[in-house]
Amino acid sequence: MNQDEYQKLVKQFTPKERKFKNAVVSFLVGGCIGFVGQIFVTILTENYHLGMIEASSWLCLFLILFASVLTALGFFDTWVTKGKAGFIIPTTGFAHSITSAALDYKKEGLITGLGSNFFKLAGSVILYGIISAFFFAVLGVIFYG
Amino acid sequence: MDSIKFNHAYLQDAFSIAGPLEKEGKIRDFDLELDDYYYHEKTFELAEVKMQRVVIEQLLMKNHLIEKDIHYLIGGDLSNQISVSSYAARYYKIPFLGVYSACACFVEAVLLGAKLVDGRSKKRALVVTSSHNLNAEKQFRFPIEYGALKPKTTTFTATGCVGALICQEGKIRIEGATIGKVVDMGIQDATNMGAVMAPAAASVLYQHLQDFKRNVDDYDLILTGDLGSVGSALFREYLKRTYHISMMNHMDAATEIYKTEQDTYAGASGPVALPLVLFNLVLKSHRYQKILIIGTGSLHSPTFVNQKESIPAISHAVSLEVLS
Repeated sequence: MNQDEYQKLVKQFTPKERKFKNAVVSFLVGGCIGFVGQIFVTILTENYHLGMIEASSWLCLFLILFASVLTALGFFDTWVTKGKAGFIIPTTGFAHSITSAALDYKKEGLITGLGSNFFKLAGSVILYGIISAFFFAVLGVIFYG
Repeated sequence: MDSIKFNHAYLQDAFSIAGPLEKEGKIRDFDLELDDYYYHEKTFELAEVKMQRVVIEQLLMKNHLIEKDIHYLIGGDLSNQISVSSYAARYYKIPFLGVYSACACFVEAVLLGAKLVDGRSKKRALVVTSSHNLNAEKQFRFPIEYGALKPKTTTFTATGCVGALICQEGKIRIEGATIGKVVDMGIQDATNMGAVMAPAAASVLYQHLQDFKRNVDDYDLILTGDLGSVGSALFREYLKRTYHISMMNHMDAATEIYKTEQDTYAGASGPVALPLVLFNLVLKSHRYQKILIIGTGSLHSPTFVNQKESIPAISHAVSLEVLS
């Protein structure tokens, strides 16, 4: 059996992922987080008379704290495996990636461990986030002045 | 000829430690069971070192031996630079060989130990191997607490440590061994190690049968290491298509450790998977006399995987005979 034949065989024996089910679960879980977030923002704007931008910033901070604390307590990874991308796509996923890396490397020193590995997973999000933000900003200026 | 025949090499005794998830699985009554991944140490790495030390010391104590009675200590694990085995070996004044062949470590260590001991009276070798789920996760995959979504082909590194004593007498004879060749069938996916290793396992099995002029039915059991459910199916199919061998006496250690509800994807992996099943399930059942153990190792490193290189695999086989 040559390599190509074997790779075909592997494909045939690989169990199919339930993509549709995963997408539905992610949509519902992500939607619920969005819904809770909206309630949070509404309360802040209505009851505490905060502006929309301020309220959204508070929400972001709250989600980050929520994900980080739960990651540290050891719950969040199990939730992600059940709730799929629904837990990853909101800011929660970003916070989760940083906290989990920090937990892993804290025993290897503040500089050589925690500091150097803090953005191990989140580094890509930050780098490509900034680059794409730059290009979208340029496009924005070109099209909308 | 890639095979070795032994005259006087026996597995005298073994000691197994199982981790918190493993002890809740299909196999019960390991020699020692851990309740937590730290094992009263500061880090997971030190916990794994401690597991190896406890295994070595328990084997010495159980058999009324002292360090001087052991002539070779052979250890292997999954950590970078096989540091766990080396850090454990620093506590003993025993000549030490560190081996690495990923999850085939145990079989490689037994093979070397048997060769060193064979025909040399009063020589003893102690082989030890371990893996720790959280150390492997950190090194090969994602941070421990990161809930990465994994495909169904993924295997789950077992936590545990097994040591065995090889000497000139015992009830389990190490009869022969075949050293495998590195096989690369072009698979790049590190989340499908079963597919990476299946051809290597098939190749060493075929070589073994050729060298010893046997067929699969001469064995009561063919126990592969950690192919997992996907890899096992591929292994049998590959054997059938390439070497025209079909067998009814195959068991894969990966699928014997965890229960389905433990959600460990395609099953267990790690060098400790095979010996955990061998000593705590297969040999305790007293159902098999002639057993062929095939350790399977996926020899990848995260660096090569990221460089999109295909993954080489290795398998070694050792045939055992249980004397009544």
